Amino acid sequence: MSLVFLIFLPLIAALFIPLLFKKLGRIHTGWFVLIVPVILFIYYLTLLPTTLEGGTLVSELSWIPSIDLAIVAYIDGLSLLFSLLISGIGALVVLYSIFYLDKKREQLHNFYVYLLMFMTAMLGVVQSDHLISLYLFWELTSISSFLLIGYWYTRDRSRFGALKSMMITVFGGLMMLGGFVLLSIMGNTYSIRELIAQAPELAGHDFFVWALVLILLGAFTKSAQFPFYIWLPDAMEAPTPVSAYLHSATMVKAGLYLVARFTPIFAVSGTWIWLVTGVGLFTLFWGSFFALKQKDLKGILAFSTVSQLGLIMSLLGASAMGFHVENAAETVFKYAGFAAIFHLVNHAVFKGSLFMIAGIVDHETGTRDIRKLGGLMSLMPISFTIAMIGSFSMAGIPLFGGFLSKEMFLTAMLAITEFDLFSMDVWGLLFPVVAWIASVFTFIYSFYFVFHTFAGKHKPEELPKQAHEAPIGMLISPAILAVLVVAIFFVPNFVGKWIVNPAVAAIQPFLYDSPSDVHVHVAAWHGAITPELAMTIGIFLIGGLMFWTLRKWQRSYDAFPDKVSLNRLYDHFMYMSDGGANRFSAVYMTGFIRSYLVYMFGFFFLIVLSTLFLNEAFAFDLTNLAPIGFYEIVIALALVGGTITILAAKSRLTAIIALGAVGYSVALFFVIFRAPDLALTQLVIETISVALFLLAFYHLPKSSKKEERIGFKVGNGLIALGVGATMTLVALSAHSQKILPSISEYYKETVYSEAGGGNIVNVILVDYRGFDTLFEITVLGIAGIAIITMIKLRLTKKEGQHENK
Amino acid sequence: MEIIMSFVIGFLFMAAVYLMLSKSLIRIIIGTGLLSHGAHLLILTMGGLGGTAPPVVADGVSVSDYADPLPQALILTAIVISFAVTSFFLVLAYRAYQELGTDNMNLMRGTEDND
Repeated sequence: MSLVFLIFLPLIAALFIPLLFKKLGRIHTGWFVLIVPVILFIYYLTLLPTTLEGGTLVSELSWIPSIDLAIVAYIDGLSLLFSLLISGIGALVVLYSIFYLDKKREQLHNFYVYLLMFMTAMLGVVQSDHLISLYLFWELTSISSFLLIGYWYTRDRSRFGALKSMMITVFGGLMMLGGFVLLSIMGNTYSIRELIAQAPELAGHDFFVWALVLILLGAFTKSAQFPFYIWLPDAMEAPTPVSAYLHSATMVKAGLYLVARFTPIFAVSGTWIWLVTGVGLFTLFWGSFFALKQKDLKGILAFSTVSQLGLIMSLLGASAMGFHVENAAETVFKYAGFAAIFHLVNHAVFKGSLFMIAGIVDHETGTRDIRKLGGLMSLMPISFTIAMIGSFSMAGIPLFGGFLSKEMFLTAMLAITEFDLFSMDVWGLLFPVVAWIASVFTFIYSFYFVFHTFAGKHKPEELPKQAHEAPIGMLISPAILAVLVVAIFFVPNFVGKWIVNPAVAAIQPFLYDSPSDVHVHVAAWHGAITPELAMTIGIFLIGGLMFWTLRKWQRSYDAFPDKVSLNRLYDHFMYMSDGGANRFSAVYMTGFIRSYLVYMFGFFFLIVLSTLFLNEAFAFDLTNLAPIGFYEIVIALALVGGTITILAAKSRLTAIIALGAVGYSVALFFVIFRAPDLALTQLVIETISVALFLLAFYHLPKSSKKEERIGFKVGNGLIALGVGATMTLVALSAHSQKILPSISEYYKETVYSEAGGGNIVNVILVDYRGFDTLFEITVLGIAGIAIITMIKLRLTKKEGQHENK
Repeated sequence: MEIIMSFVIGFLFMAAVYLMLSKSLIRIIIGTGLLSHGAHLLILTMGGLGGTAPPVVADGVSVSDYADPLPQALILTAIVISFAVTSFFLVLAYRAYQELGTDNMNLMRGTEDND
């Protein structure tokens, strides 16, 4: 099976969903959808042995070859890891959604079409080797995320959240496109593999830092890094399966994927290391700190996701340091890259289960407000167990996968203190300190999430529903994930060998030639008290103490003013740009046709005149003129006289007759200048036109001369004078210089030999420029249809409106 | 002759623009009529007014004697299209007056509460 075809498999399946929903409504549509990610997951599993050896697979679908545009599916360790996450978590989420979304009340066909569209988009992002197709899929994830967040579109908060996520991620996407274009100019290719191959040459290029910053903007907006994270909490308005899938396991990791994919190109830069590590670490701290302020279960998880994404981001930044260290594959610098991927897997697993639990709690109690919840432990024992496993993994407690990657994260942060480039020797100590503080808060909010929901006092009077355990189908998916959380703790090196190492080798090709070169042994116990173990114990002690006293100090979060926040900034920006654009366009969109004509003529006048003089195009040539004859002068005078009559006419009849006179003068000009066809046509047309004018005039009101003030007239006169003068100058210049030889000579010479005609004008019209004439007739036809429609189809006002007047 | 024609063209454009800027619909339509006359003459003048024979192949006329056929072909197309546009405008004006009872553009202006 072609890899490109597999990317589009979900989208193809989506075509049948509305039909299945309509025709087989008895069966939940989700069951049909479930087949797609399961097939994909099994297929991608069979590719694991290939990437284990460091092998890659490529499949290409040419799209627009003339501009070198193709969809190239490229599978290496990194993209396979993401593809497995997308299809695997996707399958579990679809299974979960079957029980979460009611088949009678919900618009399931919409939901699953969006979800499958997202699946295609996300697979496309992680497998595209072509920069432009990567960008297209990237924006498609933003669009499907927009649709899924706004799934309950009758709610204001849903639409607000959908728009917010769209605005921020599409802004980032556009920036990223700019970075891609710069990269493709630098490397003269759109292929990421080829760009990586010529990474050393790219580093010296002028655009290098620009491309770096622009691509990072794309990654930071998508992966909800500070200060762009504000869309993620609002995205929690989406149905919980969507939050679990898009907004924790896959889409928000697209930014991480992007950073990982481009690390081989940008690792050489100190800016990259500082930005990625710094922003990531700050986001880790910020997210974990404010997670404790949240009252909504999904709000807590949203901030925790922001924070965990920051953690992985900082590890990816630190993994670039390995590029600058001699023999880094054997030193402490080898841990960062491994930890990044390892934690990414862990996070997808435990956060997915936690989101599903939050959905279950919401589903079974009717609220997500943590202040109303409590004491659900005895009512929902299975959910509690799963929630505890997920939370403990997040907090980094032994026996759960999160502990291993969390400890490795601390190792990597400690390694930064030994890095002595890019002034890290001065600031390096800051990294483990911030990491430690953030980890303390992570510990607290993990406990806050699970114990304030499930422990404490049960408050049935505050719950909209009688709480009880979820149906078994809903528990399957989170339970599978919970089992994985525990399993990873016991067989970390199995996961490392098959999934993590191939991805690490793809991120750090400067360290490893093949996945088997990655020598990172994961162990829970290193045989002695290491610094990172000491830090972990510190986290448990301080974190436990602070959680114990949480109720006393949590209120101090209220001290942070709501008015000065990034959300307010966004709201203001949206309000100002919306209102500002309206006010601005109201200034010039007056609704008077005269205003628009004045703009047009004014700009015409300015642009033509300035072009004429800036390019020194004005010319005045008295040679090669046709002689002035008596009849010409007479006709010119008649024409001018007719025009003046129109301008001065009090009565419309005079004006129309004068217009006819002008038309006939023009016809006479055609006669004199040896254009018999034109003269004939003009005479006929002019006669019909005058007749038509008189016909219309018969129905139009008698006079409306009194309307115009003198100032109005003078203004119009000045504009008219300007346009007239411009046209005179253009006519003079056009006559006085012939830069290019006219094609007329060709027509004159070949008219008989090539086209077999004698009347050159006619031959041009029907033969040389036959299509022009065809379109001319089309215009005539359209006008004719429009006229008939206006006369025959009378959409007269309704009776009621007349009475109102 | 071309110099004189250039000024005639400028004058026609001036009159056309002046008429198009007024408020009365019928004057605007007359303005567009004048504008197309101006444009036709402009095209003709651009090509040069020389040539001693109409552009029809005939015995005893050398190629250089023909008037330029290209502007003529362009103008022929333009005449027909401007006729189509003018007649469309006229019927539009007629129907607008029937429905709205005015030919004053300012009174026809759609506003937010008067759609």
